[in-house]
Amino acid sequence: MFKYFEPNKVFSITSKAPKYVLIFFITIVSIGLIEALILSPEDYKQGNSVRIMYVHVPAAWISLGIFSMITFLSIFGYIFKIKNFFLIAKSFAPSGFVFNIIALVTGSIWGKPTWGTWWAWDARITSMLILVLFYALYLISWRIYENKDQIYKITLIITILGFINVPITKFSVDWWNTLHQPASINIFTKSSIHESMLFPLVIMTAAFALFSLLIFLMKYNTELIKIKNKGLDRI
Amino acid sequence: MIDNLIFMNGYGLYVWSAFIFTFFCFTSLYLITRKQYLRENKKFIAKFGNLNSERAALARNQNINKEILSNISNI
Repeated sequence: MFKYFEPNKVFSITSKAPKYVLIFFITIVSIGLIEALILSPEDYKQGNSVRIMYVHVPAAWISLGIFSMITFLSIFGYIFKIKNFFLIAKSFAPSGFVFNIIALVTGSIWGKPTWGTWWAWDARITSMLILVLFYALYLISWRIYENKDQIYKITLIITILGFINVPITKFSVDWWNTLHQPASINIFTKSSIHESMLFPLVIMTAAFALFSLLIFLMKYNTELIKIKNKGLDRI
Repeated sequence: MIDNLIFMNGYGLYVWSAFIFTFFCFTSLYLITRKQYLRENKKFIAKFGNLNSERAALARNQNINKEILSNISNI
């Protein structure tokens, strides 16, 4: 099954896909912005500041999702000796890092009108800050180390250590008394968010996921070309 | 309606700054990634052009090289 992940086979798809993903992203994000900024209602308590949720929540979800994916790719890549999994993980990291920063900054902006402060050392916010540090460590490691075997081990350790923080981030609002509100959307139980707000949230999440896919494809193609550049030197 | 969209009952500054920051990050990340991609592509083409005919034929036989050469302006 893993032969389908060979760079030669994957590149023929990934090199053509970005322009279509970009068009799709622009379409979905335009619909999402109209819904989020114009059509969705105000919150009865938070007023219009609730609209920040449409960028804050998808960014937080995707940054946590990407870090989990990077961890699993690194673990499977190391166990099954599939170097391409490390390349895929590396290509996902920049968008995960940027989404994490967006979640922190927009959360801080949202905090001012709702909590009266830009920052609080709350469990959820602090664990998201720790996650961004793990992202930074992961990306810096790829820049610092030249030896491939060394880099695979180091990034694996960073992702495993960072992954411990992912469930802490997710359940921090249930485990501790925090300033941050508990989850409004639950997969297994009834969500407390109204449909008129859920719809734009889903659309914006889809748009953000498409954007991370776009960046991943571009980054992955760049990495493959880098490898081929080294290959041409050896011919 | 336009006033409401801009000022949002006093929350406009917060809402718009959050959205503008998000899309500024998107644009920056996209442009940086695109620049890196184009730079590597340019390097590849330059290296390919410097190969002698025998080596170029060898390199051209590799599928992925064909794909790179045929997808230069795809982003």
